[in-house]
Amino acid sequence: MTTKLMGTGVQRVEDQRFLRGLGRYADDVAVDASTLHCAVLRSPHAHARIVDIDVADVLDVDGVHAVWTYDDLTGPMADPLPLLIPHPALTHGRTQYALAKDEVNYMGEAIAFVVADDRYVAEDAVGRIKVTYDVLPPVVGIAAARAADRLVHDDVPGNVGARMEQNTGDVEAALAAAPHRLTLDLDVERSACMPLEGRGTVARWDPDIDRLQVWTSTQTSTGVRAVVAVKLGLDLRQVDVITPDVGGGFGVKINHPWPEELLVPLAARTLGRTVKFTEDRREHFISSAHERGQVQHIEVGFDDDGRLLALDVMFWHDHGAYTPYGLIVPIITSTQLLGPYKPDVYRVVFESLYTNTVMVTPYRGAGRPQGCYAMERTMDAIAAELGKDRTEVRATNFIQPDEFPFEQGLVFQDGRELTYDSGDYPASLEKIKALIGWDDFPAYRAEMAAQGRRVGIGLACYVEGTGVGPYEGAHVHVETSGKVKVATGLTTQGQGHATVFAQLVADELGCRFEDVEVVTGDTRRMPYAVGTFASRAAVMSGSAIHLAARKAKQKALTIAAEALEASPDDLQIVDGVVSVKGSPGSAIDLGTVAVLSNPLRYAFDEASKAATQFTVGDASKPPVAEDEEPGLEGTDFYSPERSTFASGMHAVIVETDPLTAEITVLKYAVVHDCGKLINPTIVEGQIHGGVAQGVGGALYERMVYDESGQLLNASFMDFLMPYVTEVPDGIDIDHLETPSPLNPLGIKGAGEAGVIPSAAVFASAIEDAEGLPITAMPISPSDLFHLRLAHAEETS
Amino acid sequence: MSEALLDVRLSVNGVVHDLRLPARRLLSDALRHDLGLTGTHVGCEHGVCGACTVLADGRAVRACLMFAVSAVGLELTTVEGLADGDGTLSNVQQAFVECHGLQCGFCTPGFLTTITAGLRENPHPTHEEARDMIAGNLCRCTGYQNIVKAVERAAELGSHERAEGS
Repeated sequence: MTTKLMGTGVQRVEDQRFLRGLGRYADDVAVDASTLHCAVLRSPHAHARIVDIDVADVLDVDGVHAVWTYDDLTGPMADPLPLLIPHPALTHGRTQYALAKDEVNYMGEAIAFVVADDRYVAEDAVGRIKVTYDVLPPVVGIAAARAADRLVHDDVPGNVGARMEQNTGDVEAALAAAPHRLTLDLDVERSACMPLEGRGTVARWDPDIDRLQVWTSTQTSTGVRAVVAVKLGLDLRQVDVITPDVGGGFGVKINHPWPEELLVPLAARTLGRTVKFTEDRREHFISSAHERGQVQHIEVGFDDDGRLLALDVMFWHDHGAYTPYGLIVPIITSTQLLGPYKPDVYRVVFESLYTNTVMVTPYRGAGRPQGCYAMERTMDAIAAELGKDRTEVRATNFIQPDEFPFEQGLVFQDGRELTYDSGDYPASLEKIKALIGWDDFPAYRAEMAAQGRRVGIGLACYVEGTGVGPYEGAHVHVETSGKVKVATGLTTQGQGHATVFAQLVADELGCRFEDVEVVTGDTRRMPYAVGTFASRAAVMSGSAIHLAARKAKQKALTIAAEALEASPDDLQIVDGVVSVKGSPGSAIDLGTVAVLSNPLRYAFDEASKAATQFTVGDASKPPVAEDEEPGLEGTDFYSPERSTFASGMHAVIVETDPLTAEITVLKYAVVHDCGKLINPTIVEGQIHGGVAQGVGGALYERMVYDESGQLLNASFMDFLMPYVTEVPDGIDIDHLETPSPLNPLGIKGAGEAGVIPSAAVFASAIEDAEGLPITAMPISPSDLFHLRLAHAEETS
Repeated sequence: MSEALLDVRLSVNGVVHDLRLPARRLLSDALRHDLGLTGTHVGCEHGVCGACTVLADGRAVRACLMFAVSAVGLELTTVEGLADGDGTLSNVQQAFVECHGLQCGFCTPGFLTTITAGLRENPHPTHEEARDMIAGNLCRCTGYQNIVKAVERAAELGSHERAEGS
């Protein structure tokens, strides 16, 4: 057999075009002088009523083709944007309009849409629109939302969009009975995905075929397609959505439709021209989504060993001005908070709150980093209270390897029971301790202290539900050239799908890796799909592709068996050639099998003559057998009953400068278990990127809103995304491979893992270095400096 | 359009282009939209991310901070001009393939041009110098780990910019 590619670090096939500058991102589509460009007038106020919009001066600008405000929208376009994921607890869900109607609720909300010859002219025109506002006092921050002295939406009392509770028993009784109790109050601030490519959409209406083509930088092409059709009053079959290369997503591009994803197609259809919108960086800050902001209150009861007897969590989640993505982020926080542990009783209550700020939708980790932070801060507090090693308290609470499948007794984000499928947390702990040098650290700390240097060590553990449903599908087609064309509907933002999926197809079908071409996120090729989020692509599409390749293989074997006059059981497919095992002379290549799979009347080349009616087939039977279809293809879908749970542990050693409070990473270690690895190089790349984003979120990045709701740091000058100088110089990674029993490949998701424990692990290490409690993240040198002053004052 | 247009002659990747452009047209937009060289990407439009970095007379410059008219008389190289005429990748590009130095690929052209200029100036960087060479470019995918490796691998591949075998 050919060497299996599963598990090998195959070089990426997509790199060739990216490295040559031949990628095609949304703004690279339809580069043509005839393409029209858009600019959006966005609210300068966080909260205001719109009294009047005067666009009279706009159409006088040379090169302007059209301007839309809310009053120009009709039919479904004039309705609010969809609430994508309704939930019974979301009693007061609100979404914005494609263009603001009467009121704006965050600085950056779209008010008017201008289409012009180029972006420069469109921006000139936007500057000539006169809007009269009646400015209202805004609600900024969780404290103001809870106080509810002012309301974001008049009809949402207390600014509470949702209140949700889950519990596994009587937590109050369990707390009362516990020998030890602690209370923690924690904060996490906002950050954002910040892909290097912002949002972008291009649309072209083709009157000759009565059809709309949309290219959009999205994480769900089928989602965008469905809503564009509904909003524009088109049949689904009239709309194609093509996901071009996407310059990073990290969650923000799963939300849809963005106003421009509807307005651009509307403009293209109305004007009969190709229309393009490319978001600029400032727009991305003020009109695309943020995440992470939460305030948490934890009460925990435990025994002398640190075993969790009762865990009672209340948190307040800032969801911004609107709730298009429902309650997914706080539900994930509330369920994934438990990590690898099994408290006797758990209760969690959250309120999801409106503020006059940019809306909150999932950012890589999607609520897990906050949950991990709450749980791991609690573990550290228990260890400190009992004077125990932090790893010991964690080990005491681990779900053991023989306890899987383990039911947490909660309902997860997919509406299914929170049931962990597999894992080995004690083994991970041993690996992370070895990797970071946990047991040697006291000696190292003493050695550093002797040099006047202050260091600390921290660790954090997480469990990540990955590969959520409902399904993905795949189509595998062997062409008569022997080339294998594969399509799956979810999209790609840098994960290397074209490579890893080709590995799976080559392995299962037996073709050459080089002959496989994978297309993702193109509704023309696979109209049934969900999207790329929740670390689900490898699990969902990977499994579907594996199954589809198997179908194509079975068909190839059946056809080849007839041609070679052998039993299918005696055949093998290696490097794209079907042969009889043990007699290599008796062989037929997959391309020829593809020819034979499609009975022809008309030959189109030499090879295809072999499939014409006087050449092939049993004249006594139908050319295409009953229950068969022409073509060497396989289509299949994968729909698991529930999510699969990856896990991991991070540890870090930091140094804090005694004078400046600068925080330096000395060593960063990751133990990661995403089940079977398809491509370890790509998995490690995902971890590297996650860790860097985690460092940003823990030490540098925050959205700075002032009291009037102005985002003060809406640029890369002021929002401190890590450069190479801020990330660890080397990340030590070790893998554990606990296969998932839920899918044929035994894989679990890997995309978000790197970022989940960051706030927790840095808080743990900084607390260890400083000997003062860290309860708010991110933490800057200035924050730490002031904490020291406050702590000195308290303890003096 | 009523905007005044200027004659702008741009020399890009060894090819001369005569354009009529408004004075305010950014070099990044002229390259992308007027010349169709979409390999140069725009990530922030204020010179911080480095995705739009091109070489001007061999020096790394940010095309989003420069007007097209200011580029007259300069020999510009974009990412499309880094590989050999026969398509062979440059050493820097080859190193990115080998080290998995890119994920979504959006920031990559800016890194490739920056490192190309950096290695011309310092063909044998130390590890610290390799990190320093890319310290002005943002990447949100890779955590920079494999980009640093790619700088070191490119240096190892040799002072010739074209990969071996070219």
